[in-house]
Amino acid sequence: MNETVISPGLTWPGSSGAGDRRRLAARTSLALIVLLLLVSIVSLGIGAADASFWHSLVTVARGDELSALERVILFDIRLPRLAMGLLVGAALAVSGAVMQGLFRNPLADPGLVGVGAGAGLGAIIAIVLGASLPAAVSLAIGHYIVPVAAFIGGWVATLVLYQVSTSRGRTSVAMMLLAGIALGALAAALSGILVYLANDAQLRDLTFWGLGSLAGATWGKLMAAAPLILLAMAAAPFLARSLNALALGEAAAAHLGIPIQRMKMLAVVVVAMATGAAVAVSGGIGFIGIVVPHLLRISVGPDHRYLLLNSALLGASLLVLADTISRTIIAPAELPIGILTAVIGGPVFIWILLRNRGLLNL
Amino acid sequence: MLHATRLEVSLSERPILRDVEFRARPGQLTAIVGPNGSGKTTLLRALTGETPFTGRVELDGDDITALKPWQLAARRAVLPQATRLAFPFTVLEVVRIGLSCGREGGRESLAEAALARVGLSGFEGRLFHELSGGEQQRTQLARVLVQVWNPVADGLPCWLFLDEPVASLDIGQQLEVMRLARDFATAGGGVIAVMHDLNLTAMFADSVAVMREGHLMQQGPPGEVLTDGCLSTAYGCRVRVNVAPTAGAPFLLPHACAEAPRFERSAPGP
Repeated sequence: MNETVISPGLTWPGSSGAGDRRRLAARTSLALIVLLLLVSIVSLGIGAADASFWHSLVTVARGDELSALERVILFDIRLPRLAMGLLVGAALAVSGAVMQGLFRNPLADPGLVGVGAGAGLGAIIAIVLGASLPAAVSLAIGHYIVPVAAFIGGWVATLVLYQVSTSRGRTSVAMMLLAGIALGALAAALSGILVYLANDAQLRDLTFWGLGSLAGATWGKLMAAAPLILLAMAAAPFLARSLNALALGEAAAAHLGIPIQRMKMLAVVVVAMATGAAVAVSGGIGFIGIVVPHLLRISVGPDHRYLLLNSALLGASLLVLADTISRTIIAPAELPIGILTAVIGGPVFIWILLRNRGLLNL
Repeated sequence: MLHATRLEVSLSERPILRDVEFRARPGQLTAIVGPNGSGKTTLLRALTGETPFTGRVELDGDDITALKPWQLAARRAVLPQATRLAFPFTVLEVVRIGLSCGREGGRESLAEAALARVGLSGFEGRLFHELSGGEQQRTQLARVLVQVWNPVADGLPCWLFLDEPVASLDIGQQLEVMRLARDFATAGGGVIAVMHDLNLTAMFADSVAVMREGHLMQQGPPGEVLTDGCLSTAYGCRVRVNVAPTAGAPFLLPHACAEAPRFERSAPGP
């Protein structure tokens, strides 16, 4: 028995009683909303071009017209990029949190276990083969093809992963990670073949997309990705209670009255929609989905009724912050945001591994 | 009344349960005993619908395969042998998961009340995965209790299915937990428990089902079932049943059989 490893009874500031972290979670949500607003304002105000948000505000307040350049920078470059950062950050963090709840494991991240790679393959297929669609069709639905294809790719990858790593209600961490490696390799190989088939214009698209960046944000791309991400965000809260019960094990959750199969299907679709849409517009941005939920779990607890909302808020804030840094730190050049999130996320991931050795049964 | 007829379970084509007929009445504590691998836990899992089976299980007249998960959850709660939690929930949060899935979801104070019943008052803020095995087991029991807080609800009895509820507890806690189960039954609920400890079974059970090699050998009151002959056959060793002087319940002593020694006595070395 581990009778010797006894932590002192934990109480949290602002909680109504020991062990009750709900008020803390609610306060955290408020604080994260404030953070989100601050980060958004800063992100609009800073950039390679010297077009300050404040200056624009003052100009507008004075009743003067913004210059054409200022208008383009604010409304056509920074604003869609901010909105994209918010959506993608929230999507990555929430899909991470849902997937970790579904697999009952804090290491399950769409980017790590091949779901991101599957979504990427879907996106590449759409970019390369989309050109052979009739012009009328691609004009009408062209924008939506890439995110939807990425969603389907991510969905198939998640289903395969779940089938391989789960037997009789138990998910094996080792099987999940190894199957993820195999899926990732397979997706990379198929993507490689498609790159050979691509023409020059498509290659340029692919390279740009593969960098993992928000630099290509336009209103058009945003409109294509937003419906899938918002749909996933709207569905996620319905999973919260089921994911809490699932933390006790699949059998226990069933005994608690959770319709397991239906809830799993919904969770897989939410993960695939959020990951697929995020990957389709921003390439592979890693670690947000694993770091954000983990930080929230250790600070305000794993209750999914709060974890999902707080993950969305913190993920959005962190990605916009990272994007602001990545486009100003070596201005006028730009650091791909994937590099930045990996530099921060890699060490944090190792820290999570070391910290959870006991809990993870590795 | 819980009634199982012609229950058969096979795992990867190996029969685990064969033609089991099992009854449990509300107001009673029904124990399932038998040697390791005799199918006790499988029987419990079939009765709760966790393991697919052929045959029929009726819970107070309803075929359990026809009930929706949430309908079943409102009428019976299941305590597993051991639980690994995936995330760092506190004791209070674990109990509240059970509460939110039961009939009394709105009565928040029940979580603390249930923890008090299992002797874990003051443990609310502790992290579940840092508890000892016995404390984890009692936390889970509290979680199960809040799911079916009232032994009788809407005119129907509620049921507790307990898989070795006292396995990792000390002797005082064993008695506490068995009394809790007993009280639930006395108040009109039904309790079905897989038990290893035959003396506790004799003390607390109203009905005992003895399993052997996937068959239900015998079911009846402890005084009739817990006999030298039945237990010796079931467990494959000689058991002597006495009557406890104070309680009047059967009281078992396994014989240390005086057969040929299995190890040669060797001379001590130089």
